[in-house]
Amino acid sequence: MTKKKNIELLQGNEACALGAIRAGCRFFAGYPITPSTEIAEVMAKELPKVGGKFIQMEDEIAGMAATIGASLTGKKALTATSGPGFSLKQENLGYACIAEIPCVVVNVMRGGPSTGLPTSPSQSDVMQAKWGTHGDHPVIALSPSSIKESYTLAVKAFNLAEKYMTPVIILMDEVIGHLREPLDFDEVKDLEIIDRKKPDITPDKYQAYHGGEEGIPILAPFGTGYRYHITGLTHDESGYPTMAPKVVERMNRRIVNKVEEHKEDIVEFESQNTEDAEILILSYGGSARSAKEAVLRLKAEGYQVGFFRPITIWPFPEKEVGKIAEKVKAIVVPEMNMGQLKQEVERVVAGRTKVLGVNKVDGELITPAEIITVVKGVE
Amino acid sequence: MKKYSVSVNEIHCKACGICIGLCPKEVFGEDYLGKAVVQDTDKCTGCKICELHCPDYCIEVGEVS
Amino acid sequence: MDRIYEKYFRTDRLPHIWCPGCGNGIVLSAFARAMEELGVDQDQTVVVSGIGCSSRATTYVDFNTLHTTHGRALAFATGVKLAEPRLNVFVFMGDGDSTAIGGNHLIHACRRNIDITAIIINNNIYGMTGGQYSPLTPTGKKATTAPYGMIERNFDLCELVKGAGATFVARGTTYHAKQLTDMIVAGAKNKGFSVIEAVSQCPVSFGRRNKMRSPLEMIQWLKENTINVKAAAKLKPEDIKGKILIGELYNTEAPEYTAEYDRLIARVQGGGK
Repeated sequence: MTKKKNIELLQGNEACALGAIRAGCRFFAGYPITPSTEIAEVMAKELPKVGGKFIQMEDEIAGMAATIGASLTGKKALTATSGPGFSLKQENLGYACIAEIPCVVVNVMRGGPSTGLPTSPSQSDVMQAKWGTHGDHPVIALSPSSIKESYTLAVKAFNLAEKYMTPVIILMDEVIGHLREPLDFDEVKDLEIIDRKKPDITPDKYQAYHGGEEGIPILAPFGTGYRYHITGLTHDESGYPTMAPKVVERMNRRIVNKVEEHKEDIVEFESQNTEDAEILILSYGGSARSAKEAVLRLKAEGYQVGFFRPITIWPFPEKEVGKIAEKVKAIVVPEMNMGQLKQEVERVVAGRTKVLGVNKVDGELITPAEIITVVKGVE
Repeated sequence: MKKYSVSVNEIHCKACGICIGLCPKEVFGEDYLGKAVVQDTDKCTGCKICELHCPDYCIEVGEVS
Repeated sequence: MDRIYEKYFRTDRLPHIWCPGCGNGIVLSAFARAMEELGVDQDQTVVVSGIGCSSRATTYVDFNTLHTTHGRALAFATGVKLAEPRLNVFVFMGDGDSTAIGGNHLIHACRRNIDITAIIINNNIYGMTGGQYSPLTPTGKKATTAPYGMIERNFDLCELVKGAGATFVARGTTYHAKQLTDMIVAGAKNKGFSVIEAVSQCPVSFGRRNKMRSPLEMIQWLKENTINVKAAAKLKPEDIKGKILIGELYNTEAPEYTAEYDRLIARVQGGGK
């Protein structure tokens, strides 16, 4: 007798929501926006089944705020949005950065600026994810390229948020959000789940923002006997506001460095044939699917092409890309924007090789043929 | 008749004058900075209007046994 | 220092940053007395604030304290309360904080009737930024951004929140400090969204520009220009014209949001739809 397979046909948005619940997410606060709404819909339906809570807030800003509030009680909390909503969320995303509150924000990218193309794909929020909120701050942004990865990266996003006490962004695009693929749950059954640390000292000695040796604070959930202060003002180790230059400098550096100094642990990427490649195609999210097809076709024609896909857009895998830059004639970067990640590749490559973009901003996915044309044009 | 003690924390006092003005019995005077000083404790009736209205938690009225 | 202050204040954070004669300190001590009367467990109580002078309240009181972004205190508090309904949640806001930038969050917290007690300190002005007009600056009054007098109409905060669905609405003043404590106690006991408007004095940014220079003058103005809602009921309309009504203005029962959500979970887990 053949065992019935544990497979479901799912959208990226649905897989992302189910992955979040798998990670232990028990709270969702958000606001409807195309093309991310299915995430809210799945959470509204599924969370009560596992004792979790869903709330549709009055606006995007409130969705982010309530997500942070819930996280402070120790719950894993999620919100989801798209470009215009992501713009509105920046205020409290910055709050989560400085107050070091773990949570996950999904941005299913659509064409912009402003209302732009609500139902069409884009990858033009790459830089908004990095610099959207004001001030220097840490950023972790993950980019899924398949339905399975929408699920597994939702788990990874929560793991990183809980481990590094910071908001984590899932930078999905509409292609992946609305794409349907089968997800074999047996393939994703053994995922590591990380929960935030709890203080191991008594409340009288507790300093919420001390950070310890790793520079990562341990925030006791509200209601567990540790009474302390949380603020969006620059604060000292005890959590109270300060303007003392030395303390301010120390806090600002610590919150950025807790991600910068743990890049080895955070950075994830996929690479193929980078050892003997003459040309590297570097792409991510929905565009990476066309890039992979282009690589197959080019190889069939005898081209020495390699493939590299950053899974963590931020922090960018600069060490790995830098190494490849030493050997290849060119790096081709297909993306559905006017060259946002290409700029980062250029920074990392620092003139060691040519960087060519394949950029499309018409609301359509880049085709393999469009990538092939650029690769064949490399001299 | 009951007797009361009145104390002012002159370090935290910001010299707003609320206690001086609201006290119905003129228990308080002011120093050269305008800060409240207790000048006549015997007049205090223990109404605590000063304590309730001090924005800086400087005043404590107690009953003397 | 009084025992209540020792117990509910972070005495090492005092003196606070508020200006001489600011009403915020009076509201905060009225709050501390209410906590004593309620006998709240400080470990199980969360105090949330937004931005502005009022928001600094959370620095000074010894609870789980959360100083959030401008206008957003209620949205953060909604997340806290819904995620963990066993926690007591109090929110401090200012007039600009709650009715301008946070107006949307305010009306929706009212509509949901979520079990949170909001204390809105109304000093008629943006104090922290130096005296700009707010939606509660009375028409005709002066502010740095209304140098020729305010021409906009101001909200009646209590009517606004009542209309939006708050189930307990009261207005007090810093002069009526003891009654303010009673109102906070009654608001906390209401199983639903409670709003206590605490009319307060800002001598530096409001009084100075509006012919009331001293804190004492302002607090005495509050004494003379308010009338209790019960007393007002027996008076003719012309006798209460121009007076600020204080007291418990509205109190009703309605389904509370987090309890409704718990019922929803029970229904879903019980196999219902």
